[in-house]
Amino acid sequence: MVTARAVAETVTDPELPQLTLADLGVLRDVAEDAGRVTVWITPTYTGCPAMDAMRDDLVHRLAAAGYPGADVRVVLSPPWTTDWITEAGRRKLAAAGIAPPGPAPRPAAGPVPLALGPTRAAVRCPQCGSGDTEELSRFGATACRALRRCRACGEPFDHVKEI
Amino acid sequence: MDLYDDDLTGDGHWAFGTGFADPLAGIDAPPASPELAAYCLALGDDALVMSHRLQEWCTRAPELEDEVAIANVALDLLGQARLLLARTGRGEDDLAFGRDAAEFRSVRLAEAANGDFAHLVVRLLLFATWRLAILGGLRDHPDPVLAAIAAKGVKEVAYHRDYAAGWAIRLGDGTAESHRRMRAALEALWPLVPDLHADHPGARAEFETVVADVLARATLDAPATTGRAAPRGEHLPELADAVAEMQSVARALPGATW
Repeated sequence: MVTARAVAETVTDPELPQLTLADLGVLRDVAEDAGRVTVWITPTYTGCPAMDAMRDDLVHRLAAAGYPGADVRVVLSPPWTTDWITEAGRRKLAAAGIAPPGPAPRPAAGPVPLALGPTRAAVRCPQCGSGDTEELSRFGATACRALRRCRACGEPFDHVKEI
Repeated sequence: MDLYDDDLTGDGHWAFGTGFADPLAGIDAPPASPELAAYCLALGDDALVMSHRLQEWCTRAPELEDEVAIANVALDLLGQARLLLARTGRGEDDLAFGRDAAEFRSVRLAEAANGDFAHLVVRLLLFATWRLAILGGLRDHPDPVLAAIAAKGVKEVAYHRDYAAGWAIRLGDGTAESHRRMRAALEALWPLVPDLHADHPGARAEFETVVADVLARATLDAPATTGRAAPRGEHLPELADAVAEMQSVARALPGATW
């Protein structure tokens, strides 16, 4: 029998089906105790509307693999960061035409400084590989993505913003 | 086997509200004290009402990118509202859809009826700057749930503030017409700022530093403060219309599912 963890690790993200919840760092832990499985997940953004779909997917996939009645629990702390996206997850993002995030800014204790200019990160175009890209909007198709454009090949693309 | 056979069709999702699982399901925390619950209700109502005002902008933004941005900001705030209202222990949907406007605890800045795009920019700048200062200070709150909500919220609201600040500078330091509209929006909303300081004196220094910085870059002057600080619970009359619209389906079809 496949372990519950291995089953949970196959569940994909509802918005980014190329990636698993494990690739995204959303799957925080899986525990198995006398056939009862508990899964801990964390939201990327507080308003993430995909949490319930993730919960349903986990429960059903585990049930189909012989672990009925899994308990899916939410963990809020520490808050999700793009640094938790795995190397495999980053490769899959790029393959899907989405630029993976750079290193996340370190949370400082004091006031958050204003960031008025375009994001400083050098983001490579996932289509042609050029580093000559510009930010069109910090808000994109989902809460975790910004919209950019490549000046070399002209293609717009999504970029998972660093948080 | 269809994974969703018995879920999205048979789970009784509400026709209004979230119909979702409690967003705090599975979080181990003691029940909130009355003081903590009241505080979470206030912060949650700010986010809920502000989110509703931003949702009213859907399909009305001047550019597609701003349409997406405003919807994203509204979604972030709705997520914060869900967690904060759930933390009160009173049920997020009951609070959002079962209270009269008079029972809301939002600040008047969040309640004001929408105006033009300059009004949106000024309101979001003031609101997000204030909220970011509050959430920053709550990251080490003794309640682990509120501290966790704040830590996540800081990352989100920083984006909201920077978005509004960028537009404030672009419009304030733009054409004569955009400058005039920004000044008008500032004049309209500035009297509501004393509410914020009376409610969270500790956030005032950061608020004033950031807003002064942005206004200077935007070639705008802060209006002379003339407003009287209204306590939470004192509302602008237009809140009743916003709440009525938000609750219309829930009131017409109690418990409806789809």
